[in-house]
Amino acid sequence: MRLSADKFAQYTFLGIACSAIASLMLIAVFSLKEGLPFILWYGPVEFLTSTNWNPQENQFGVGAMIVASLWVTAGAMLIGAPLGVAVAVFLSEFVPRPVMRVIKPAIELLAGIPSVVYGFIGMMVLAPLIRRHLGGPGLCILSAAIVLGIMVLPTVISISVDAIGAVPNSFREGALALGATRWQAVRMVVLKAARSGIVASIILGMGRAVGETMAVIMVAGNTPRLPHGLLEPVRTLTANIAIEMSAAIGRHREALFATGVVLFVVIMGLNSLAMAVMRRKGAR
Amino acid sequence: MSNHATQIPAAAAAATGPKMRVERLDLYYGAFQALRDVSMPFARNHITALIGPSGCGKSTLLRVLNRMNDLIPGVLVQGLVELDGCDIYAPDTDVCELRTRVGMVFQRPNPFPLSVRDNILFGLRVAGVRNRGRLDETLERSLRSAWLWENLKDRLNDPAIDLPLDQQQRLCIARLLAVSPEVILMDEPCSALDPIATAKIEELMIGLKRDYTIVIVTHNMQQAARISDFTGYMLLGDMVEFGPTTKVFTDPGDVRTQDYISGRYG
Repeated sequence: MRLSADKFAQYTFLGIACSAIASLMLIAVFSLKEGLPFILWYGPVEFLTSTNWNPQENQFGVGAMIVASLWVTAGAMLIGAPLGVAVAVFLSEFVPRPVMRVIKPAIELLAGIPSVVYGFIGMMVLAPLIRRHLGGPGLCILSAAIVLGIMVLPTVISISVDAIGAVPNSFREGALALGATRWQAVRMVVLKAARSGIVASIILGMGRAVGETMAVIMVAGNTPRLPHGLLEPVRTLTANIAIEMSAAIGRHREALFATGVVLFVVIMGLNSLAMAVMRRKGAR
Repeated sequence: MSNHATQIPAAAAAATGPKMRVERLDLYYGAFQALRDVSMPFARNHITALIGPSGCGKSTLLRVLNRMNDLIPGVLVQGLVELDGCDIYAPDTDVCELRTRVGMVFQRPNPFPLSVRDNILFGLRVAGVRNRGRLDETLERSLRSAWLWENLKDRLNDPAIDLPLDQQQRLCIARLLAVSPEVILMDEPCSALDPIATAKIEELMIGLKRDYTIVIVTHNMQQAARISDFTGYMLLGDMVEFGPTTKVFTDPGDVRTQDYISGRYG
């Protein structure tokens, strides 16, 4: 009886695990089927490098939007990753347990706030501030990067705190027993031991930043032109799909699927880049 | 007692008295009293063993000596703990410096997730040593002292976690020797090791006592009898009996010590 229950559970979970992979495969296959013929028809080089997006005149270059997505993501991670890891270190190493038990769920709650709310606050508070003090239209790369930087914090903090918490206490004790200060123990031992988890948190945060759509539409300005500075409005790959899909037919619709393919590849690329960085650091 | 006043007796004690000493020591974890009126010396260049059943306070006593108990919230230490005649619980004590003078080897080998080299040099780097020559010299000297140089001289950049357990434990000892401690505290250093590895560590400890004062906590009474010069038997936070190891094991003065020892042998 128990054996068969075990088997049942085993196959159930196997099925669930496979369905997750199957979903991923289906999304990939569907996007490729819809988008790839268009890319081949339009010319891959032209599609990826042209910065001219003008569907009315059958001009579909996503170069400017690739650049915009990379800029916004990089900006968001420059803000979110150091801040998130620093908060995680502070929470797990320097704050008494009971306090942390209150603060960590509060931070995780941030992940539950709908992205439209982040976008709204960015639009009403952040963009006017930037317009007033730094110039430009306010809706720009910088606004999007700041809003996304804050949005990735719960992901980065929560996973980093877990990673740091999983570091055996014997490492801390060993370091302190050799005369290290608490900060030295954290910096030289604990962070090294938690490195893979921290990198994973940053990769997941980055995935969230690349894929975020609503908040970006609201604060980035949405102009499909190549940006020349942080204060210029941009349109990211995700925003392009979301803004135009409802009205798109024919080639235009296919071009948006092709944009999705590019987005898919960009996310894969960023992930494997992060993995490669992690592996090289691990070997050293 | 001011720091100035402790300097002179310290110099005198350094020559003759015990390396470390606890006097009328009480320790509380919150409301629970873990050590009761413990007094004992730790003789210079000798091995002192602390034995007793689990929960008797022997590890707690060990962790008093390098103030590792400070890390546990709610610990209260009362009484005198001296290193070379200086009170290590005095308010002006530099705890980091104390821990380089009174080093510790833990129950389970705990090499850091770093290379062999970075493990050994950790203590020096923490202390701010950057001189390459000195680092290299210390690396070799420490590994040689723990009989690891021949095994590891070509594997200095390998992760220390990949070593076999007994080498990991000797690496932890070498890592400690690199900071040139005066006292080595060992908290059941062989409990994770097999008998052959244990024998190696014991032999190493006997070799080390020429240069260091060693305090070992052990569950293994044969081990205490084999390697220690003095033994303290603890029970429920009390130091039941303290004396030369041969005396404690062959002619115990307290019936509880006798029960414990004969119970384990029988």
